[in-house]
Amino acid sequence: MTTANPVTPSGQAPEEPSAVVLKEETKGLSQGAIIRKRFFGNTPAIVSMVVFVGIVLLAFTSIGFAGIPGWWKYNHTGFTGQVNGGAPTFVHLFNWGDHPFGQDRIGRDYFAMTMRGTQQSIMIMFVIGAVGGFIGVVVGAVSGYFRGWIEAVLMRLVDVIIIIPLLLLAAVLGRIAGQQVQGNAATIALGVFVGLIIWTGLSRLVRGEFLTLREREFVDAARIAGASNTRIIFKHILPNAVGVIIVNVTLLMASAILLETGLSYLGLGVKAPDVSLGSLISNNQEAFTTRPWLFWFPGLFIVAICLSINFIGDGLRDAFDPRQKKFNAKKAKDRGVHGSATAANVKPSGTTPVQGSGGTAQPGTGQP
Amino acid sequence: MVTYIVRRLVTAVLILFGASFLVYQLTALSGDPLADLRESNLPNKDALMQQRIENLDLTTPAPIRFFKWLGGAAQCIVPFFGRCDLGLMLNGEPVTQALARAAGQTILLITAATVLAIIIGISLGIITALKQYSTLDYSVTFMAFLFFSLPIFWIAVLLKEFGAIGFNDFLRDPQFSPTSIVIGSAFVGVMVVLFMSGTWLKRIIGFAIGAAVTAGLMVLLSVTGWFTNPGLGPILIALTGAGAAYLVTQLTAGVQNRKALYSALIMVPIGLVGYYVLNPMFGGITTLGIVLLAVGAILVGCAVGWLMGGFDRGQSMRAAALAGFLIAGIVVLDRFMVEWPNYFNNGRIRGRPIATIGASTPNLEGNWWIQSLDTFTHLLLPTIALVLLSLASYSRYSRASMLEIMQMDYIRTARAKGLPERTVVMRHAFRNALIPLATLVAFDIGGLIGGAVITERVFAFTGMGNLFVASLAPIPDPNPVMGVFLIVGIVALVFNLIADLVYSVLDPRVRVKA
Repeated sequence: MTTANPVTPSGQAPEEPSAVVLKEETKGLSQGAIIRKRFFGNTPAIVSMVVFVGIVLLAFTSIGFAGIPGWWKYNHTGFTGQVNGGAPTFVHLFNWGDHPFGQDRIGRDYFAMTMRGTQQSIMIMFVIGAVGGFIGVVVGAVSGYFRGWIEAVLMRLVDVIIIIPLLLLAAVLGRIAGQQVQGNAATIALGVFVGLIIWTGLSRLVRGEFLTLREREFVDAARIAGASNTRIIFKHILPNAVGVIIVNVTLLMASAILLETGLSYLGLGVKAPDVSLGSLISNNQEAFTTRPWLFWFPGLFIVAICLSINFIGDGLRDAFDPRQKKFNAKKAKDRGVHGSATAANVKPSGTTPVQGSGGTAQPGTGQP
Repeated sequence: MVTYIVRRLVTAVLILFGASFLVYQLTALSGDPLADLRESNLPNKDALMQQRIENLDLTTPAPIRFFKWLGGAAQCIVPFFGRCDLGLMLNGEPVTQALARAAGQTILLITAATVLAIIIGISLGIITALKQYSTLDYSVTFMAFLFFSLPIFWIAVLLKEFGAIGFNDFLRDPQFSPTSIVIGSAFVGVMVVLFMSGTWLKRIIGFAIGAAVTAGLMVLLSVTGWFTNPGLGPILIALTGAGAAYLVTQLTAGVQNRKALYSALIMVPIGLVGYYVLNPMFGGITTLGIVLLAVGAILVGCAVGWLMGGFDRGQSMRAAALAGFLIAGIVVLDRFMVEWPNYFNNGRIRGRPIATIGASTPNLEGNWWIQSLDTFTHLLLPTIALVLLSLASYSRYSRASMLEIMQMDYIRTARAKGLPERTVVMRHAFRNALIPLATLVAFDIGGLIGGAVITERVFAFTGMGNLFVASLAPIPDPNPVMGVFLIVGIVALVFNLIADLVYSVLDPRVRVKA
């Protein structure tokens, strides 16, 4: 049975090369600093972040928000005379003209309407992220930490909500919300209602994370030291689960924005005279051949927001959980060349001692 | 195992009960069913209101109405009772009837889209995982994120404009302009470069060959007027069939396995013989005939592989059966192309074949080929839209799963013992990478049944999502809403159970708790 292992005595080179390679990542930085560094090294995520912040600033400063006036001369409800047949007057970045995104059929300024729609979408997105994220984390944490009948009850509740199709439930709740209040309050109510049902997936993930973390040694240590449940949950487990939470809340927000536009498209979300990106597309899709800009601009804004949020979420995932970011052979090779001349020896030197000891200590098994 | 399934089913019934109660109450709460009549100034307003109150049974409080509804719905689960009462719609039609019609449309809409999305998404994910950090990988990743961020109604309008109206205009005078030839061949050249690896010189040569072939093909298609009178003919059938046979063998057995290669290639002449023999029978074919043809092709393939003999008959049989299936598909495709001018010039189509709304052309007369072509042209755009959207998640998940598997020790072992890379990828890695995807697919099918609401609305399919929204929006009518919910909920629960069971069958490390 013995497979003749050629025990090479040359395998004395210690694992210094890999230590050289990893040095920059283990330079005594705090966890937060390492994560920040990884995130800021991710070009698509940073570009997306800049784009997203730009869109938010543009939307909220241009036409103003909640009574505070903005720098743009029109608002989304005022009628202005038809100029140029309603076509966009945008020439280049420093010459916007009177109506950069054109005008709709009845002569409202389309730039202001698009900005109002963007405001609505972003507001709903953040409300859904906050409400859904909060409920998801609390339910997941409580059921994962306490187990027993609490977990059974909460998880059955999740099962009940999860089999009701999201769009269907959001439609019913959004309708109720739209009937009670108007304006910004209606938008926020819609976000709260959608947030009340969108948390189920997140709560399952958080529960799973808590189930593994509560069995770890540091939790036992804290419990033996006399820490209360609240303290263990908030001080010991939650900081370790924060990566999963942040990443999934971000992705939740990206899907929330599509859900909101879908609802508004079906006429179940934001109600006229207020506008949202979804309702703008819905109202103007028939005009595609005559006034294509009415269709293009809101759509491009949805795609830009959603795409940038998705890339930010992906960047956060890579930053929090480097296991997801797979080994890059090309980069490692480059690093190896710069790092040390003995880098090529890393593999054989790492494995040979193990094989050697196995072969000598238990010659009968042949299993290193 | 049986205990586990029974326990899961009991829980599922309880969950369904709770959720349906919730949905009924929410629907009843969601709006005033008399709102439109209150504001109307019809002379018989009061009578209409009275009638609607009776129809919807509004004098009974909603919680009690739910149990009335449940009494009728419970009869559906009693087997062989033959009665299933889900109530009446507002217009007096039984919900079961409307639901059956709507479910048919929804299934028609999502079946092809789901299958295509799974096949294309998984292949893209596997290829990008094998060529990690290549240009192809980055571009597919970006496309996946982009499609993931597109609202379906937006992409649907674009597809209608450019896919349907643009293509129909093109078909009126099917000649490629020089600009489109340049753009098309450059596009194909870039695709070739993306899928290639190697030095820049190699890639430039690849680009040139790809672009030249495409340009030649486009000119040829324009000159011969192929689009008005498409068809493959025996020579092209033989050529594409041989290509398909070679590809299938390469994937399933490797071309070094001569017996497998020859048995797959033997299927090409058999297919051609079948083409001439079966052609007279094709006129009056039905769906059953097509299914029989497919089964027959697979059986003939198995027989050929078995007769080839050799030490491993299974591989030859698999290669030949798959090749036979594909060649039969090419023969059927050719037949569809032969019927195309008849469809194109049909009085109901009038030369604008790609439809933007609905599931079929009303009052279209014709044989099975014409009807299938009609379904195909109607399903084309919604299918593309749905595939693009679900492609993203499948390709991302299969890429992640494949990357994980390729780092496993047993992959290294397989390579170390000298297996060809094809065997390592197809037999050791690919199969294991599919395990986590099985659950994803099951969940997705459960969700898709109810999730195609917006797609149905945009393309005017009167499916279940449409039924749901229509019964919710102007006048809330709980009966059809509950009918749709029941189907969606039951499908979701059943597929969740299937997902768990399939996982434990595929991966013996996962055991279900009894």
